[in-house]
Amino acid sequence: MDKMMVKNLDLYYGDFQALDDVNLAIPENQITAFIGPSGCGKSTMIKTLNRMNDLIEGCKIEGEVLLDGKSIQELDVNTLRKRVGMVFQKPNPFPMSVYDNIAYGPRTHGVRSKAKLDDIVEKSLMDAAIWDELKDRLKKSALGLSGGQQQRICIARALAIQPEVLLMDEPTSALDPISTAKIEELVSTLKKEYTIVIVTHNMQQAVRISDQTAFFLHGQIVEHGTTAQFFSIPQDKRTEDYITGRFG
Amino acid sequence: MTMQVEKLMHAVFFIAALVSIIAVALICIFLFANGIPAMREIGFLDFLLGQRWAPMNSPPSFGIFPMIVGSIYVTAGAIIIGVPVGVLTAIFLAKYCPAKLYRVVKPAIQLLAGIPSVVYGFFGLMVIVPFIRTYLGGSGYSILSASILLGIMILPTIIGVSESAIRAVPREYYEGAVALGATHERAVFATVVPAATSGILASIILGVGRAIGETMAVVMVAGNQARVPSSILQGVRTMTTNVVLEMGYAYGLHRGSLIATGVILFVFILMINLLFSVLKRRTNYGS
Ligand SMILES: Nc1ncnc2c1ncn2[C@@H]1O[C@H](COP(=O)(O)OP(=O)(O)OP(=O)(O)O)[C@@H](O)[C@H]1O
Ligand SMILES: [Mg+2]
Repeated sequence: MDKMMVKNLDLYYGDFQALDDVNLAIPENQITAFIGPSGCGKSTMIKTLNRMNDLIEGCKIEGEVLLDGKSIQELDVNTLRKRVGMVFQKPNPFPMSVYDNIAYGPRTHGVRSKAKLDDIVEKSLMDAAIWDELKDRLKKSALGLSGGQQQRICIARALAIQPEVLLMDEPTSALDPISTAKIEELVSTLKKEYTIVIVTHNMQQAVRISDQTAFFLHGQIVEHGTTAQFFSIPQDKRTEDYITGRFG
Repeated sequence: MTMQVEKLMHAVFFIAALVSIIAVALICIFLFANGIPAMREIGFLDFLLGQRWAPMNSPPSFGIFPMIVGSIYVTAGAIIIGVPVGVLTAIFLAKYCPAKLYRVVKPAIQLLAGIPSVVYGFFGLMVIVPFIRTYLGGSGYSILSASILLGIMILPTIIGVSESAIRAVPREYYEGAVALGATHERAVFATVVPAATSGILASIILGVGRAIGETMAVVMVAGNQARVPSSILQGVRTMTTNVVLEMGYAYGLHRGSLIATGVILFVFILMINLLFSVLKRRTNYGS
């Protein structure tokens, strides 16, 4: 089953075309990795999936993105973002307590009961594998935590609204190897419940955790397929050059 | 050679810094050296809590309690009026205002900051005072008039400082909020504005400082009666206006008591700064 579909997508920042005729299927309960050299359009593509590009002035989109077969343009944008959550490259916890960070999303969507919020906070932090570290510090500012902890707070925050799809734009690029390993492990367990799209510069990371890989170059998808096949028998010469490090 | 230049520059910077420190020190010394003896002569509590200000009577009484109350009322009124308007305007400018409108509104607000207080005073005298007299009764020279006028006068300070505080909030907070499905309103009011709390509080301190220290505009609209008012439509005298009204002809203990009024004003400003720095530390989450 394909959770999301991208069809003939062109995206322009003013006159500059950042995505060129992208077609892509994102299968449910799998991890799809976007790889490619800097500036090739990976972040642009992932932000299109929850319409974060709407915030950018002069950004024009042609083509279609479907969520469960329905165009995301026809969904209410806030509903879309509730269903398609996002974790950013740079950890961006709000300057509030850990608890309020996690409860932000549920409160936004109308959850008021203290007991229910408590449950959501606990479950989200557990799912993000950080409950044990932080259960005694829920009232402390999230800004006082380490980068790796902050990123897991952001993952927990995204999980707290129970999205169907989770977008992650280089979630480990600002982290040390140990935090990275924790987050990779976490992502692998999350795919049971969520559909995950992850941008990464780290080829090993894509191999380790993803089921599907798409390779971007100059705003186009050069090749995509199952990760195993993609890395063992690349079809395109440019893919082969890129993954063997002869390129970019 | 460069060593010597560096040393010389160090000395220049040091002297420059010294100028402002010396200025503060001299002001303190002047105030306290003249004010404290006067307070002692009047009696500290009689001075602070005395209800009667009659420096020309014999025997004279030097109670500045009505003026302390007056300053507090007028400043509180200015804050009640100026803070909501100012902070909401700042939020509007930073997060809602279309670029075209901004190019008109922003310079207008900056112009507001440049208007001399005597001109504000005239405006109060010609517009606010008659308005209050007509619609709410009394002479119009009142706490309410002074509060409204000061509320307007502190707007540029509050708007300017709050707006830059809101703009300084990292974009990531806003993006994080909308990525969770928050509306623009919720992202602004539940994330961005709280993150700017310390800057907004700073703008309020500056506003309080400006309001409590303002003299010329207040003297023109407040009525200046030295008694504890019982309604916001009554006239009032503040500490600053007390000084400016009588300094011209005061001598001896009368003059000393006016300088002592300045001491109390100074202490007030210190306390406000202290209070807000405590508040700021308490509400500021990290960063
Ligand atoms: N807001 C914007 N306005 C104009 N051009 C933009 C904007 N954002 C990105 N671009 C351009 O679009 C292209 C794709 O950018 P994008 O951020 O998607 O690349 P990326 O693949 O994520 O790169 P990186 O690996 O460095 O994060 C780049 O050429 C970039 O300069
Ligand atoms: Mg990127």
